[in-house]
Amino acid sequence: MATQEVQPNETLTNLKAESDTLKTKLEDERAKLHDVELHQVAEKVDGLGQFIMKTRRTLKGHGNKVLCMDWCKDKRRIVSSSQDGKVIVWDAFTTNKEHAVTMPCTWVMACAYAPSGCAVACGGLDNKCSVYPLSLDKNENLAAKKKSVAMHTNYLSACSFTNSDMQILTSSGDGTCALWDVESGQLLQSFHGHASDVLCLDLAPSETGNTFVSGGCDKKANVWDMRSGQCIQSFETHESDINSVRYYPSGDAFASGSDDATCRLYDLRADREVAIYSKESIIFGASSVDFSLSGRLLFGGYNDYTINVWDVLKGTRVSILFGHENRVSTLRLSPDGTAFCSGSWDHTLRIWA
Amino acid sequence: MARDMSDIDILKMELEQLKKEVSTPREPVSKTSKETMDWCEAASGTDLLITGVPDDKNPYKPEKGGCIIT
Repeated sequence: MATQEVQPNETLTNLKAESDTLKTKLEDERAKLHDVELHQVAEKVDGLGQFIMKTRRTLKGHGNKVLCMDWCKDKRRIVSSSQDGKVIVWDAFTTNKEHAVTMPCTWVMACAYAPSGCAVACGGLDNKCSVYPLSLDKNENLAAKKKSVAMHTNYLSACSFTNSDMQILTSSGDGTCALWDVESGQLLQSFHGHASDVLCLDLAPSETGNTFVSGGCDKKANVWDMRSGQCIQSFETHESDINSVRYYPSGDAFASGSDDATCRLYDLRADREVAIYSKESIIFGASSVDFSLSGRLLFGGYNDYTINVWDVLKGTRVSILFGHENRVSTLRLSPDGTAFCSGSWDHTLRIWA
Repeated sequence: MARDMSDIDILKMELEQLKKEVSTPREPVSKTSKETMDWCEAASGTDLLITGVPDDKNPYKPEKGGCIIT
């Protein structure tokens, strides 16, 4: 059999053409089932009353931009990380700082609280995710007990413990996500499919099984099976980087926030985008999103320093929250749903209730 | 790692993924939206940001100015 000379440009063009044909077919299949809009179905739902939320606590102490935060399951402790390399554990009720760790790198872009409340994980420009057990002894040097768990070949953008303190899921600027065993540091599963930096991830609510969603600079949101490492579903409707993804509390949908100034809702069973939360007056990117407990409200932190609150079903904006003096970079609802915390480039965190 | 892959490899990866996705089972939006709405309405009773929490039960109200004795 004569060897075929493969012209690189031809193959690239052929592959692209095949890819475009399949993308069109996928869109057609999805469009067939797009028989109604979510807000139309939601017309008969009562509108929400006036919505007032104010800053109830301001957590001051970081020396530079706050990049990430996470709540402890005890509903009062918070871990936050900053560009200045510091990771701080706060008591949100009293605003006291309980622990502080100085990382060996700046831009600590990711931090997470362990389900037990006994440890925190963090990482960033060091390309790693490290776990620090939290000591009851305030004088103990936490850095001494640090355990390096994850190793990527580029920055760590997000991390999350799974159901236990034993496993961590990470996403990275190297384009992959990975699942790690905390004790041994072993890589359990890696997830390939993004064409560029992965910026965010969120685990499905535990009742709905072993999946997670990730968003990236390739404008795609991918849903993954944690055991097989396979990408189950992929959505590409955003027009720019996806900075944040969060599952709807039922686990059947997820929201995303993007540099294209919109937040969107994707329904996993219909396999399509079902709502866009946007306004002509909102032109700055959304950096972080989270739902209220029932999923009726979507909170979005934006680069124009505001937090917009959306009625998820009706697609309308319910409220704008002002207070931060620079970009809102991170936002999460408290575990019992009574409040949410936002972190900002203005060096502070705010608790809203 | 995506950053180390050539354009051709990335396209091949995308193509493999698209082939799988075209045959994903999916349901009509009218059905799934109704289910989402029903779930949301059923859960709204427990959503404290919608139902509201009386000030004396909310640890974050009143604003910090005095001390809270529990």
